[in-house]
Amino acid sequence: MADVKAPDIDRSVRKKLMFVNRKAPYGTIYALEALEVVLIAAAFEQDVSLAFLDDGVYQLVKGQNTTGIGMKNFSPTYRALGDYEVRKLYVERESLDERGLRIEDLMDISYEDEDDAEKPLVRVVGRSELTEIMAQQDVLLNF
Amino acid sequence: MKLGILVNEGPYTHQASDSAYQFTKAAIEKGHEIFRVFFYHDGVNNGTRLTVPPQDDRNLQQAWSDLAVKHNLDLVVCIAAAQRRGILDEGEAKRHGKDAHNIAPGFRISGLGQLVEAAIVADRLVVFGD
Amino acid sequence: MPTLHTVNKSPFERSAFISALNHLRPGDALLMIEDGVLGARKASAFAALLESTTKIGSVYALAPDLAARGITEADVIVGVKLVDYGGFVDLVTRHDRTQAWL
Repeated sequence: MADVKAPDIDRSVRKKLMFVNRKAPYGTIYALEALEVVLIAAAFEQDVSLAFLDDGVYQLVKGQNTTGIGMKNFSPTYRALGDYEVRKLYVERESLDERGLRIEDLMDISYEDEDDAEKPLVRVVGRSELTEIMAQQDVLLNF
Repeated sequence: MKLGILVNEGPYTHQASDSAYQFTKAAIEKGHEIFRVFFYHDGVNNGTRLTVPPQDDRNLQQAWSDLAVKHNLDLVVCIAAAQRRGILDEGEAKRHGKDAHNIAPGFRISGLGQLVEAAIVADRLVVFGD
Repeated sequence: MPTLHTVNKSPFERSAFISALNHLRPGDALLMIEDGVLGARKASAFAALLESTTKIGSVYALAPDLAARGITEADVIVGVKLVDYGGFVDLVTRHDRTQAWL
């Protein structure tokens, strides 16, 4: 087994990493395990953002009660993202509309800025705007 | 170019691992550097040495192990995903009181930081999944 | 700036293919791999949509995946270019980023 490589990162490089979430939680593990990558990525001082589109918007819906299915409700973890300085959660408007969801159905996720003002992490954007934002990323991670 | 490859599915059930393998081979043939191949989600199952696939078809784990040894590739199996799915190296087995370990030659178990590092350091990241 | 979009699932199985098309910018490329190549077949219910895509960006299909599924070059929509794994690698390096629509 090879020795573990020490991180070889040029600290002057700051890449735009976008985590693309298109799957609903619980039916598959992708939502949970993608979030686990985001939390690690936050420590690398890169420009990290998340996109929620298609069924991925369901990851942010409030009131997730998983007692009946016997799985851990991991939705509170999204609230920690602000503290990890991951502050751009793009939610696609058309994906919400197609699913009969409104922004009010989503969790209230905010962080406190330097002046102690509460700022929301979630930004609802149109499909074409999200397409442009994706085109500005250095790396897109899909799960 | 430096390439990073992410494999999100295990062997056989999905074509993802085969596609990733063929892509990696082709990239090496073209003279590119494979910075890392990272196995996540069920992809960690590519790293068990206990498979006994039918003789008349490809042996994916062997193929990855052989490619790794031949070209000195860094094949990394995510530790968190591996723990969930029962892929252990000797250290992990001891640490968690398990009576066996099963990591295949050419693979190593490490953290998600290795995936993030690959995303940052590689010129391109290619994802294979379901 | 252009993006390479890969689709690996059939448009008849999953909406990922449509989602990919909905996020394609002019000048981007689309590559069908694995079951995604089922979207490349002429005269399918999906063919018109894919044909119109060839006007927006370059559309490719992975030849080994077509062959595996018994789809010949003659069966493929006009305007879809065939590549092998080497061509796949070239597409990745020629585009600024790759997005896998899983």
